[in-house]
Amino acid sequence: MIARGLLLAGLLALGAAASAGGAPPPVPVVSAITGPAMPATLAEFGFFADPRAQLPAAGVIPYRLNTPLYSDGAEKLRFLYLPPGTEARFADDGLPALPVGTALIKTFAFGEGAARRLVETRVLLHRAEGWVALPYVWDEGQSEARLALAGARVPVTTPEGRAISYRVPNRNQCKECHGLNGAVVPIGPKARNLSAAWLAPLVAAGKVNTVPAGADTLPRWEDRATAPVAAAARAYLDVNCAHCHRPGAAASNSGLDLRWEQQDLHALGVMKRPVAAGRGAGAFEFDIVPGHPERSILVHRMRSEEPGVAMPELGKATADAEGTALIERWISAL
Amino acid sequence: MKHYLLAAPLLALALPASAKTLNVAAGPDAQTRLQEALILAEPGDEVVLGAGRFVLIDGISLDVDRVTVRGAGMDATVLDFTGQRDAGEGFRVTSDGVTLRDFAVENPKGDGIKSKGADDIVYHRIRVTWTNGPAASNGAYGIYPVESAGVLIDAVTVSGASDAGIYVGQSRAITVRNSVAEANVAGIEIENSRGALVERNFVTRNTGGILVFDLPGLPVMGGGNVLVRDNLVVANTTPNFAPPGNIVAGVRRGTGILVMANDGVWVEHNTLYDNPTAPIMVVAYTQGFDDARYNPYPRNVTIGANRVDRGGTDPQLDGAAQLLAAFGGALPPVLWDGLAQPGATALRVEPGLAGWSLNLTEQGKGLGGGNPGPLNVPTPDRTAMLTGVGAPAALEARLHP
Repeated sequence: MIARGLLLAGLLALGAAASAGGAPPPVPVVSAITGPAMPATLAEFGFFADPRAQLPAAGVIPYRLNTPLYSDGAEKLRFLYLPPGTEARFADDGLPALPVGTALIKTFAFGEGAARRLVETRVLLHRAEGWVALPYVWDEGQSEARLALAGARVPVTTPEGRAISYRVPNRNQCKECHGLNGAVVPIGPKARNLSAAWLAPLVAAGKVNTVPAGADTLPRWEDRATAPVAAAARAYLDVNCAHCHRPGAAASNSGLDLRWEQQDLHALGVMKRPVAAGRGAGAFEFDIVPGHPERSILVHRMRSEEPGVAMPELGKATADAEGTALIERWISAL
Repeated sequence: MKHYLLAAPLLALALPASAKTLNVAAGPDAQTRLQEALILAEPGDEVVLGAGRFVLIDGISLDVDRVTVRGAGMDATVLDFTGQRDAGEGFRVTSDGVTLRDFAVENPKGDGIKSKGADDIVYHRIRVTWTNGPAASNGAYGIYPVESAGVLIDAVTVSGASDAGIYVGQSRAITVRNSVAEANVAGIEIENSRGALVERNFVTRNTGGILVFDLPGLPVMGGGNVLVRDNLVVANTTPNFAPPGNIVAGVRRGTGILVMANDGVWVEHNTLYDNPTAPIMVVAYTQGFDDARYNPYPRNVTIGANRVDRGGTDPQLDGAAQLLAAFGGALPPVLWDGLAQPGATALRVEPGLAGWSLNLTEQGKGLGGGNPGPLNVPTPDRTAMLTGVGAPAALEARLHP
């Protein structure tokens, strides 16, 4: 519901930018996106009309992913900004071509309603020399978010009621997940993980070239109980693991390739022995043993919260119980 | 120039500064100050770590080319990861032309220092230690360059790794020299790599000393052209403490130098004493595999002149008692499994160096089931000496700036 409300607000804002009377509505500062500096505060980008409420500025479009990355249960508010007169160009089920000046903005929050607390906002800026990833941490009073190149730790309470030390990744760690063949790239907004219902009005508004055939390929996370288990599980692995476990990325040396499009079972881990898992392998010999999640290294590492064993290595302190249950269901049925 | 991190980062970014020094002292907030220095450094800069103990609770990383990270000595500057809470390694390097020197990493939860896709890297006088000694709960690799071209590891010390102390994987143009690998499962491991020179290392109290092998199913395979010479490989008698799922969990306690599934490995002028399963072992990949690109056999492995004791006096092998009785109380120093690629020469051994063969007939079935007997292989072919091993000369120059 929150996501839908924001979606509408964003589309309204999109239309309002040109027609509002009186004081001009806030708009993003393109030079902050494309310039060489690392702005010290999030406010300098002008992405939000009301930052604390996460109400976007004109032209900043909220979106959601069908299947999201698990981040200790954080609520995530995602936004796309395209410079005036430009569009995102989709060709297949993958990432669109996004023009220089594009910004992807993701805020992480914990708590509901009035108690909601913004923890961090990560921005991915498309500059002439490539994408730049920067982390911003919100202050205690929620008045501003400041650049935290070295990352931070923030005490939060997860939706399950656990008090944890939430880790804001440092700038290099941004690249650890967003790195592909040496360059920083977006991960989330692949056509397969976006809904046609979101894309269609953006096509009408001239911000997206087309609703690609690959849209909506991944099932929605909230539909996982009724979606085909293989599709739900493979979507989960694609979104949560494959940014590293794929050729050209941070865990390429493992030989494990968990991308949605990978069809080779061995590359997906089925009866594949670990290479450099070290003690992460625990007592087990294979990444995935069909029918036996309890003997599969993949599940063992998803369940762990111990650094050196736990997977993913970054971006979460707690195990994802629901995600693990889904993967167990899939392996049981293999 | 002194660099004030908190006041000057934006200014520094705007200026095309010449190489500078960023000093980082131990003490409160070392995590943030050190990580900021590693992010704000520019190519050519030196990040200088003061003496003392840097208490770090998260992994640190470097992604800027041609940066030197220098401490006050491997005993004086310690990056202490005992309380580490996230990341898969203590220190991660992903940029080219980096030099790491004169500091220690203690008790990382995963690997010690991992450099991935980091070409032309130098590790000099680095220490990585798990201070509680050998334990399955220790991290996997101490020093871990992978998918890199140009690796020079000189005068490092690694102990306690639950996999390999010094592990070089899927890389080429490599030197591992003058280093100490002690009380790890594997002391030094060269895996799926080409053009490695492993020389003048002291390798002791590991389960296995020096391992050279190729594994299937990896992006980079076809390992070989490896020269292992002038190493002191002694008393590798620590019981295997690797987690069971691990490839090195299969290494027998008391293995000196192991060559498995590799092409062109030359082992010469090493001193091997008290490696009671096998001072030198040459075998095919022991497990089944499903990878058409992979060659599981040793090819063109030469065991030249080495100083060796009488061999396997306490072998961790099936039927050890009968084997010892049959060979007069000690298994000859060179152990071959007897498997070779059809039409290729697996192994050549210096005359006068005794050996034995398991005489296995089938690859992928482990080390049991053969009909052991004396070794009968050709003598070394001196015209086939290896060339082109070792790190590029430009890396050597960085040892003495």
